[in-house]
Amino acid sequence: MSLRNVGIVYRKELREALRDRRTVVASVVIPLFLFPLLSVGFGALVSDIVNKTEEASPKVMVIGGDDSPGVLAALKATPKVEIVSAAPNWKDLVVEKDIPITVEIPPGFDKNIADQKKLEVFIYKYSGELKSESAAGKLNDSLRTYRENVVKNRVVAQKLPVEVLDPFQVTQKNVAPAEKSGAALFFGGFIAYIVVFLCFNGGMHPAIDLTAGEKERGTMETILSSPIARSHLVVGKFLLVLTTALSTAALSVVSMGISFALVHALQAKTIQAGKEGIEMHIGLGAALSVFIMAIPLAVLFSSIQLMIASFAKTYKEAQTYLVPMIFIVIIPAIAAMLPIDLTAKLALVPILNVSLLCKELVIGTYHWNYIAIIFTSTCAYASVALFLAVKMFQRESVLFRS
Amino acid sequence: MIQASGLSKRFHDKKRGEIRAVDNVSFVAKPGQIYGLLGANGAGKTTTLRMLATILEPTDGTAIVQGYDVVESPEKVRAEVGFLSTATALYPRLTSQEMVEYFGRLNGMDEATLKKRLDELFDRLEMNEFRDRRCDKLSTGMKQKTSIARTLVHDPPVMIFDEPTSGLDVMTARSIINFIRECRDRGKTVIFSTHIMTEAEKLCDVVGIIQSGKLLTEGTLAQLREKHGEEDLEEIFVKVVAPLYVEPEAK
Repeated sequence: MSLRNVGIVYRKELREALRDRRTVVASVVIPLFLFPLLSVGFGALVSDIVNKTEEASPKVMVIGGDDSPGVLAALKATPKVEIVSAAPNWKDLVVEKDIPITVEIPPGFDKNIADQKKLEVFIYKYSGELKSESAAGKLNDSLRTYRENVVKNRVVAQKLPVEVLDPFQVTQKNVAPAEKSGAALFFGGFIAYIVVFLCFNGGMHPAIDLTAGEKERGTMETILSSPIARSHLVVGKFLLVLTTALSTAALSVVSMGISFALVHALQAKTIQAGKEGIEMHIGLGAALSVFIMAIPLAVLFSSIQLMIASFAKTYKEAQTYLVPMIFIVIIPAIAAMLPIDLTAKLALVPILNVSLLCKELVIGTYHWNYIAIIFTSTCAYASVALFLAVKMFQRESVLFRS
Repeated sequence: MIQASGLSKRFHDKKRGEIRAVDNVSFVAKPGQIYGLLGANGAGKTTTLRMLATILEPTDGTAIVQGYDVVESPEKVRAEVGFLSTATALYPRLTSQEMVEYFGRLNGMDEATLKKRLDELFDRLEMNEFRDRRCDKLSTGMKQKTSIARTLVHDPPVMIFDEPTSGLDVMTARSIINFIRECRDRGKTVIFSTHIMTEAEKLCDVVGIIQSGKLLTEGTLAQLREKHGEEDLEEIFVKVVAPLYVEPEAK
């Protein structure tokens, strides 16, 4: 293997890639700006909408209750809602989202409560609609408080202590370190997903451009007429694809780390980090560990992409082969966000193994036995894929497919 | 010097089965001569030249180019060859100079020699005006000059031209023709494929007529005229090719 020749090809491919708008956008602009905007910005937007909905005082229609001033007073005391009498077309108004909910109080509610009869109050809502669900929640809280007071009054009337209603309490306490539990677990899985996805996505355009793209532009025959060995040529091209894949993943992790740090610094609780207020951050050590584990995975992806793209005759044909592969890649990456623990068997499953490990690494857990298995197995898969990519590139039937 | 002996190339096609693109072709092209491979579309010219340039590997037979076997030492053969065809495009995002430099480096040239050679080539081909312009911004003529400089950068003793004037305007085609003559005058071995009779008459010292992958006849123009009893090369070509001619299939 002539490193000089591989270096010449790599430098030339890098120069061309840096002049290619599509590569720069996919490998630099998207990971640096789009994903933080999507993750942090979108989180902030959702939080803002939720807050505004909670703060709003929507009109709530009430059916009945004229003979029950007690429950009506309780409803009217509900914070941030305006109680009005129900219109005949209340159902249409809910469906059309003109009002969020309607509450139906059964006739003789107060009297029946006094007689200790069982009653049912209905809240009519637009299921899944944010404003409707929010108003339903407020009214539900209000009615629950009213019900508790009714029960408390009954207990007091029986001359029993109030404590009889609440003989003991259950309290859950987290004993795991905050940075390794709760939302941090999800956060770790999310980072793993981003790294795996971008490792694949970052290398896809260059892999197509350097193979099928060259065939389409007619430069493949030009380069094949030079004295460079085809194995050197494909390794030079592979290194460029690997560079873009890794730089895309690295830039995205760095930009997300900075974004979360900024959000935390500004105390903008835009990320729903759970009730315990987990700090979402990536330590330098964790980021470095994730990056090291991403290397063999990126080698695997880059080799597969080169192998498939070199088979295609045109850029579009290569896209039709590679774009559906994104789903094959992200399904195990998404699985890493589920509560799945690493096992010796899972440590051998490509992509899923690195995704699960990255999740652990982000929260600072190092299972060295799994790290060894995963790194070795991924390196082995990557070597096979690279070998096949080199072989594929040497086949005339592939390079001159017509 | 090129010595092709029994050069053959078979392809497999799902519909048509085995195709003999080149069938037992043997010829010799000498230094200081232009060997013209004359044939209709689909006759086997490009496949023959691609085998000589080691872009394709022969199924049978071989060729010796400057003492190196195309099957055994393809990389050494390529170092001795400059290959130019209408299919050998330029990298759009490299400048004219970067394109030529890249191929100089791939041919193992050191930086000092490469710089000297670039200056010499860019002066000779009058390319200095656009040497820093990206290839996708060049005119057809500028692109052709860049391609020529790319093939010449390592000063190869063998030049292979596959229908180099196809699709070019008269002026650009003329400059290519002049360049091919210049290569011969500098003592290089030149092999040149075309289906344009006037080009072959103007340029070639030796003409080989190929059809259905077979080299049907060869010789100097005078020898061909005498052998086939016709004065006009086109008439000779038709007479030789007609028995084997089949309409090329659409790709």
